[in-house]
Parts: sequence; C-alpha cells; structure tokens
Amino acid sequence: MSSTETLTRQPRVTVAGVSKQFGEVTALTDVDLVLGDREFVSVVGASGCGKSTLLSIIAGLEAPTTGSASIAGAEILGPGRDRGVVFQQATLLPWLSALDNVVFALDGEQGLSKRDRVERAREALAQVGLTGFEQAYPAQLSGGMQQRVALARSLAYGPSVLLMDEPFGALDALTRRTMQELLTQVWERNRMTVMLITHDIEEAVFLSDRVVAMTPRPGKVAAEYAIELPRPRTPDVIGNDAFREYYRDILDLIHRG
Amino acid sequence: MTTQTSAPAAPARRTAGARRKPVLTVLTRRQYITTAVIAFVTFLVLWTAVTATGLVQPLFLPSPASVVEKLVEQAGNGQLWSDAAVSTYRVMVGYLLASALAIPIGVLCGAVPRIEAAIEPIMDFIRYMPVVAFVPLTVLWVGIDDPQKFLIIFLGTFFQQVLMFADAVRRVPLAYRNLGATLGLNRVQILVRIVFPSALPQIWDSLRITLGWAWTWLVVAELVAATEGMGYRITQAQRFLETDLIIGYVIVLGLLGLVFDQIMRALGRQFFRYLKGRS
Repeated sequence: MSSTETLTRQPRVTVAGVSKQFGEVTALTDVDLVLGDREFVSVVGASGCGKSTLLSIIAGLEAPTTGSASIAGAEILGPGRDRGVVFQQATLLPWLSALDNVVFALDGEQGLSKRDRVERAREALAQVGLTGFEQAYPAQLSGGMQQRVALARSLAYGPSVLLMDEPFGALDALTRRTMQELLTQVWERNRMTVMLITHDIEEAVFLSDRVVAMTPRPGKVAAEYAIELPRPRTPDVIGNDAFREYYRDILDLIHRG
Repeated sequence: MTTQTSAPAAPARRTAGARRKPVLTVLTRRQYITTAVIAFVTFLVLWTAVTATGLVQPLFLPSPASVVEKLVEQAGNGQLWSDAAVSTYRVMVGYLLASALAIPIGVLCGAVPRIEAAIEPIMDFIRYMPVVAFVPLTVLWVGIDDPQKFLIIFLGTFFQQVLMFADAVRRVPLAYRNLGATLGLNRVQILVRIVFPSALPQIWDSLRITLGWAWTWLVVAELVAATEGMGYRITQAQRFLETDLIIGYVIVLGLLGLVFDQIMRALGRQFFRYLKGRS
C-alpha cells in the first residue's frame, strides 16, 4: 500500500516494536512506524487507540515500556529541540504577547542576538498570517489565532520534525477548515517531517502523504494508506472521487477494527 | 385590562402569561446599585428605629448617630488613628512574614512531589488546630508585645497559604510543563519561567483572601492581650460599657478590611491586565 515515494524517503523517525503499559491498561502494543524525511503523516483512530501516547513517545515526554523510538538514527531518550510539538490547547503563556511567545521559544537558540530572535519571530508570525497581531495578548486572540501562534512558535526554531496532537480539535468547523488550508501552505513552504494526530479522517487525507489508521484496545497500527493526491492541495480536492475513496476505505477500516 | 377570569376569550394573552421566567435574571448596573442602597438604608432606618423607640437600651445598642459621634470624637483626639496605625502595622508585618515564607514553600510543594509528601500532611494537620487556642501559648512564648501579634497572624495564615499556593501551582495544566520540556528547558527553568508565572494570578487571589483572615487573627490577639491597637480599645470600651465605641471600632475594622481588599483587587487587575479578553 506504500507509494514508491514513501519507500525512497530517508527515515527521519523510526518507531520499532513499541508497547506502552499504564498500570493494567495497554495503551500501545507492538507499534512499528516510520516517518520519512519531509513526509506528512497523519495518525487517525478512535479515542483510546493510543495515538496521543505514540506522539508523546516520539516527543520524548513518555518512555515506551518495550521497544524504542529513534530520530535520525539516535534513540529518543527525552524531549529535544529537533522536535516541535503543537498541543491540542495552544498553551500560550498568557502574560506574553503573541510575538514574545514566539521569542520565548527562541531563547534556547545559540548565537542569536535579541534582534535576530525578534526578527525570526516576526517572520514565523507572518507565515501563519498574524502580521499585525504581534503585540496582542493570547486572551485577546480567538482560538484559531492562538493555535496559529502556537504553530508559529514551533516553526520559529526550525525543528526537523513537527508533532501535532489534535491541534484543531478544539476549534469550530469553519476555523478548522481555514487552519487545515493554512497548515498545508506552511508545510509546502517548509517541508519538514510532520506527524499529525487526528480523529478527523477528512483532515488526515487532505493534509497527508500517508495516513496511518490505528485501532484501540490495545492500540495498534491497523493499516497505512499512501495518499496519492496531487500537491499543492486546495480544498477542491475534497470533492473528488479519489479523495472520497480514501475517506471511505479508512472509515470502514476504523469502524471494522 | 381584561380580567383573569375571562381567560378563554383571550388565549393569546394566556400563553404570554404562562411564559416562564429566565433561569437567571440579569440586573442592570443601575438596578443593582439601587437595590443595594435601598437594603443598606433600610438597615440603618431599622437600627435607628429600634434605638429611638427605646425598644433596646442604648447600653446594648446605641443609635447610629451616637456611634458616629463617638468615632468623630476618637478621630479628633487622635486615638482612632494611632489604634488603626498600630493594628495595620501588626497585620502587615505578620502577614508579609507569612506570605514571604509561604510563597516559596507552597510553590515547591505544588511542583515537587517529594516536598509535597514531606510538608503537606504536616500542614494539613496543623491548619485544623484552632489558632485561638494558640493565643495563651504565644503569650507564654513571646510575651504580649508586637511579636506575639505577628506570631498569631503568622500561625493563622501561613499554613493555609502554603496549601493554597501549592494548589495554585498544581492547577497549571500538564501541557504547559510539557511545552517547557519540548522547548528544551530543564525542571528549574520550567518552574521559574512557566509554572510559577502561570500560577501567579491564582496565588495573588489567595493572598487577597488570606489578608482578610490576617485582620481577624490580629483582633483576636489584641482582644486577649495588648496595650494598644483596635482590639485592645474594644476590650477597654467593654470594661467601661462604651457600647458606641465598640460598635464604632467594629465598623472601622470592617472598613479597613474592605479598603485593603479593594487595594489588592485593584493591584491584581493591574498586574494581570493580560488576562483581559476581547471586547
């Protein structure tokens, strides 16, 4: 089911035989997954299938019970700036302006002057369409705009892998669609490796090179689908037959699982 | 106006009459203030009426006018100001000492499980001991001067503060700590740069509430053993059956508490302006 393109990519993140126990509960069992270099991969599944746990393991926020995860060949032993994480909640620091929230993430960058940091932060905000909102505090921004700042924060320090944990899950349907279009544009421009966790199959198909479907109890990978839709993608693609077919296949599988 | 008995002839009216009230009635600001003022004036009128008619003897309840008169007299001879100043000083020292110690300890308690395990059970135990019962003990320990007042205020606020501040820190969502970790911050940096500032508005609110308590504990301490201060003057007044002075001082104590609370609120609004949302 993998496309030839997927096979020829260098692996960026490799998850091998990962299981995760939380006490009595088996969240993940024997998961193998490869995120290719500059590949956009979505992981879909019903709640409780362990998809967020998988993301936490790659982020280095949780350790696997068995198996291992590695990035660029090195085992993941903790969080690091080679991986950026966008959480479901924007987790902006409320006492900092939008600009300062992005600058905050750049404080760990070596050899960047204060002025360079501010400049980089401005560019990142511009990428997500927030020019003019630099001085706004998070409380003054809508949910969608807050999530844009969070995305800009992760883009600013240039991680090779972007991990997104249901980033649009808390947004209304219209804002969500706008954010999906924004994300696909941002990805076209930056082409980093992305792993997106979602329960929205349409979102997964629209954005991804590859969709990984998981089934719950215990969480495991059920199938992978290479999405061979032309890029750059626009919302028009959602109506076409190939798109609907991917959508139905994945939905069927998740329901059957 | 149609009468209610002719209801069958006016079905539309009946439907309108059956409309249920909204669950929550919202008052305009004006309605709110009017209601509050009416209630307050009613209270004063009742008080005056009860005393003017001789229903209650002035020894037990003096009229509002004589209370005001007494307060003016105390203000004129300077005693009210010196009593209020002494009491305010005591509250401030005791409260600031408690807060200065409770903030670091409470924050560490909320952030580090091992510190929590070491400290919280003790705090939980001590805070249920009535502070009033410590008054004789504190007199024995440090005498009846200012340090005893500081100590009582400290005992009455510190333990509660530690628990409240720890709770404020624990309420910061895990996602914020995770954010710090993914940005490469270490645990100390996460605490200092993310968790503590996130908990600050809640900590400030607890500080405001415990300042009110500090006033209560001060008066308790002064009632029992003192040579000056608001509480001391009240005890003296009781000895000479000066009920008007007692009531006057109680009102002043209430006003002092209110003023400090409003100051804390105003400062909080200023410090945490960033929490103000759209519109």
